Order: sequence, then structure tokens, then C-alpha cells
Amino acid sequence: MSDASAVRSAAPVSAWRVLLALLWRDAHVTRRDLAGFLIRTSLQPILFTTVFGFLLPSMGMVQGFYVSSLLPGILALSLSIASLQAVALPMVNDFGFGGEIEDRLLAPVPIELVAHQKVISGTAQGLLTALFVLPLARLIMGPIPGLTLTHAGGALAVLVLGAAAFSALGLWLGTAIPPQRVGLLFSAIIAPMMFFGCAYYPWSGLDRVPLMQKAVLVNPLVYVSEGLRGTLTPDLPHMALRFSIPALVGFTALFWALGIRSFARRAMR
Amino acid sequence: MIQTSGLEKIYPGPRLRGPERTKAPRGVVALGGLDLQIRAGEFFGLLGPNGAGKTTTLGILTTRVRPTAGRATVAGADVVSEPARVKRQIGVVPQRPNPDRGLSVRENLLFHAAYFGIGAHQASMRADALLARFELEARARAKVDQLSGGQQQRLMIARALIHEPAVLFLDEPTVGLDPQARLALWEVLRALHAEGRTIVMTTHYMEEAEKLCERVAIIDQGSLLALDTPAALTARAPGGTLLELTLDAPAPEVAETMRALPGVERAEAHDDRLRVHVDRPGERLADLLRAIEREGRRVTHIQLERPSLETLFIALTGRRLQ
Repeated sequence: MSDASAVRSAAPVSAWRVLLALLWRDAHVTRRDLAGFLIRTSLQPILFTTVFGFLLPSMGMVQGFYVSSLLPGILALSLSIASLQAVALPMVNDFGFGGEIEDRLLAPVPIELVAHQKVISGTAQGLLTALFVLPLARLIMGPIPGLTLTHAGGALAVLVLGAAAFSALGLWLGTAIPPQRVGLLFSAIIAPMMFFGCAYYPWSGLDRVPLMQKAVLVNPLVYVSEGLRGTLTPDLPHMALRFSIPALVGFTALFWALGIRSFARRAMR
Repeated sequence: MIQTSGLEKIYPGPRLRGPERTKAPRGVVALGGLDLQIRAGEFFGLLGPNGAGKTTTLGILTTRVRPTAGRATVAGADVVSEPARVKRQIGVVPQRPNPDRGLSVRENLLFHAAYFGIGAHQASMRADALLARFELEARARAKVDQLSGGQQQRLMIARALIHEPAVLFLDEPTVGLDPQARLALWEVLRALHAEGRTIVMTTHYMEEAEKLCERVAIIDQGSLLALDTPAALTARAPGGTLLELTLDAPAPEVAETMRALPGVERAEAHDDRLRVHVDRPGERLADLLRAIEREGRRVTHIQLERPSLETLFIALTGRRLQ
């Protein structure tokens, strides 16, 4: 604790090293509460899968085609909502009453690095959820006609892009919404996004309601659902990947930029 | 070590609505041109009431608040253009403990060290030394929520020290602590200062500023009122004892009468209070009470104070610190 050691500590710190430490912190906190994390992110999609992918087909109330298009949708939904929540909720809390993020904002790097790290961390948590839900959903639904892993690379690309887009959206919403309005995040933003995100039905099916088919295109979840249909069940109707993938790239870039700007505004008084 | 010149902070005011919306919104001036120079190794105090601009000053010096105008450097680095360089040199203890609640007590120290690029082995050794020093060893694996207020405050200081900063900033470090914990914290701060560290502390307790700080800046409404050693500042306070007399109703005219009385150096009325500086309070009190009675007023409360930073503040602003 001498003055000499205080001077030593003034050496520059590599931003990569700090980024790794920040990622390690989030991984550590997630691992500690892994069960809670998975229940939070996976239970709802699994319950939905049980009713619409197992019970209703067993009763003969829905057809096999529906079940096949449901699996990519459920996967898209769990991935996207988990990614969004993984960033938005800690942001609301960290910038809210607790001010817990302050120790990370004092790290000797630009504060934007902390924001980038949150998006990367949220992407990883979304992917973790998807990898947990996929085998479980397949188990509950039984054999799914048309499901193939021949385009696993493409599916992975859609998963990573979808998770990044929704983590970045989480950063934007989590820093832009005042803490006392956090309830609105679920009722006014997440719920409509879930129901009109083509997770529970394929986008092509909306051609019977043309206005709706166009309106849902503002919803990024549509492109995750359709991108996964295009890569996991390529023989079934789906939006062309040449539309869904560029759309996801665009949403990711847009939300990421908005998120970083909003984070910086919130962090610097 | 720390220099500020013309440091200003204006927080944006609420957006105006209706017919007034064309007017420029009026901001809140938190800091109106502050000039400070703090030497290396100094224990420096920013004293002032709540809302004086102390926390804003600390926020700017710790790179967390962007100044509206003016310049500030810490250890030779500019707080606006080189925040990372500043942050490497400083440790910050916030007004309200804000530990990372996802982590244990010891992990709070380890991860903070990692954010400063300190290797795992060295971080571990420093964390253990700090836990021992701040009597947190037994709670090392506890969740931070299980700590008492005093323990959380000590954890915040330990965290601020783990990267061995040259300057330690503390914002109202003893607010909310019981008297025993406050005294213990004073000892810790004295020891840290004795090790050669520069310490900058805000407080609205004049006793704290008097006992700990080598120099004190008295701040009110965003401006510097006085800056000197506690002894020199106390000497600047109006001589004699401050007698504060609370009356049953305001009586500004009594102050006028009192100024003419022998031994009275200063007399001012503030609402229902009369503040009178006198040389020998015991002897003069009877005269003062008679003067009040003559005006048909009655005294409901009497308070006596020796010359101090508090009486100086009252003389400068007409208000109390707290």
C-alpha cells in the first residue's frame, strides 16, 4: 500500500483483458444460479411445447405440419426473449436503485466497453437457452417430420444473429426505460412481440391476412423464427433466407448502435 | 494532484410544456465555476449542506459526470479527454454502498481487481490482506446483503483500494453509520492518509471535516465560499460564542437593538431565530433576554456554540450546514 505501488498501478490496462474479466463476471453469476436462469428462460417455451406440440397433436386437434413449424418458432422465441431479458433486466436494476454497475463503470476503459460486453454476454445466454430448449422440445414433441440438421451451420448463424439482435434490443430498452416503467416492457413490448413474431405459426400462413403479413415485418422475432424454419425445416414453407438473414444483420446493427448510445447517456450524468 | 478551473455543471431542467415550450428550458446549476488545487498526499475536505455541489464535484473528478464547462485534471490526466488514465489512479467510495450483489464479499474484491487488469494471484493476496485489515475475514464468503451497514461501507473502501490508487475519493462516507462505526472509519481514513495517499472527502458534518481534513473547502450552492485549514477557517468565524435564540414569533427589529448592546459583535434575525455573536455569553444573556422582552416576544429555545466551521458557515450563508 505504499505510494510506489500506487504509481505502479497507473500502467495502462488492456481493454481485452478487462472485457474478459467482465464476461467472466457474468458467466460466474449465471453459473451460480444456472437452475434459476434456465427455469426463467426455458419453462414457458417448454410448457407451450407440451400443450401445442404434444397434447393437442395427441388429441388430433392440430396437424403434423403445425408441429414441424412450431419447433423452430419455439426455439426462436426462447432464444430471443432470453437474450433480451439477460441484458434488459440487469440494466434496469444496475442503473436503478442499486447503482451496482458503478464498479464496472470505474474500470479503466471507455464505458462503452461495458455496454458491448453486456450484449456479448446476453448473446451467449440466449444461445445457452436455445441449446437447452432444442433437445427438450424435440423430446416432448417426438419425431418431427421435415426436421434436419444438414444446415446446422446456417441455423447456428441465425441463432447467433437473433441472440445478438435481441441482446442489443435489451440493452437499448433496459437503459431507455425508467425503472418504474419496467412492467411496461413485458406487457407493451415483449408480449406483442411474442404473439406477432411468427413463432407460433409460419409467416407464409399469414397470406390470408395480407395486412397483418406486412405489419409483422417490423418485428425482429419474425426473422429469427423464419430463419430457423429456413435452416432447420428447409422443405416446409418459410421466408427466403436471403430476406431473413440480412434483416437480422440490419436489426442487430440498429439495436446495437441505439443501445450503446442509450447506455452512454444513462451512464454519464 | 488535482486541479480544477472554472468547473461548471448545469443539469438540464425539465422540458417546458404548453405556451412556455418555446423558451429555453432552465437548467439546474449544480456547480458554478469551481477552482480547486489539491496537493499530493493531502487530506482534503469538501464541506457543505446537501445540494451544495459536493457530489457533483466528486462525480466530475471521478469521470462519472461530464462538466458543462471548465477543466479538471487528476494526477495529470484530464477527466473528460482521458477518463481511463484518471480511473487507473483513483479509488471511489460512493455515498450509498453499491456492491455487486451477484457476488460474495471476497469476489467483489477479486472481480474489481480483474477489471483493473490485476492478475489472479496478486488479486487474491491483496483481497485477503484487505479483508483482514477491514475486519471482514469472517464474512469473506458471505453474500453482501448479509453485511451490516458499517461492514458494507468497509467493503466499499476495501474495493476502492484493491488496485492501490494514488487518490481515494469518499462521498459522505459516514452518513448512516452509528457513532462507533463512524469513529472506527475515521481511524481507517487517518491510517490511509498516513500511508501517503491523497484523500478527497465530502461531508456535511463539520466535526468530521475539522478532525480529519488538512484543508477544507466550504461549498454552497455550487460556489466556493472559503478554503483553508480548519484552524484558519475557524479563526475567520465571527469572534465570540454564537447564541441562537428561538422566539415565539419573528422579530427582526430586536436584532437591531441588540447590535447596540455592549459585547455583541454581530446580530442577525432569520425567521423566528436570532443569531447573536457575543464575547461572554454568561454575562450578556440577561441583557439579550431583556431586549427581547421589551419587544413583547418570548424565548422558546436557546443554543450556544463555540466558534467553528459551523458558525463560519452560518455567518457566510445565514443557514446551517444540516
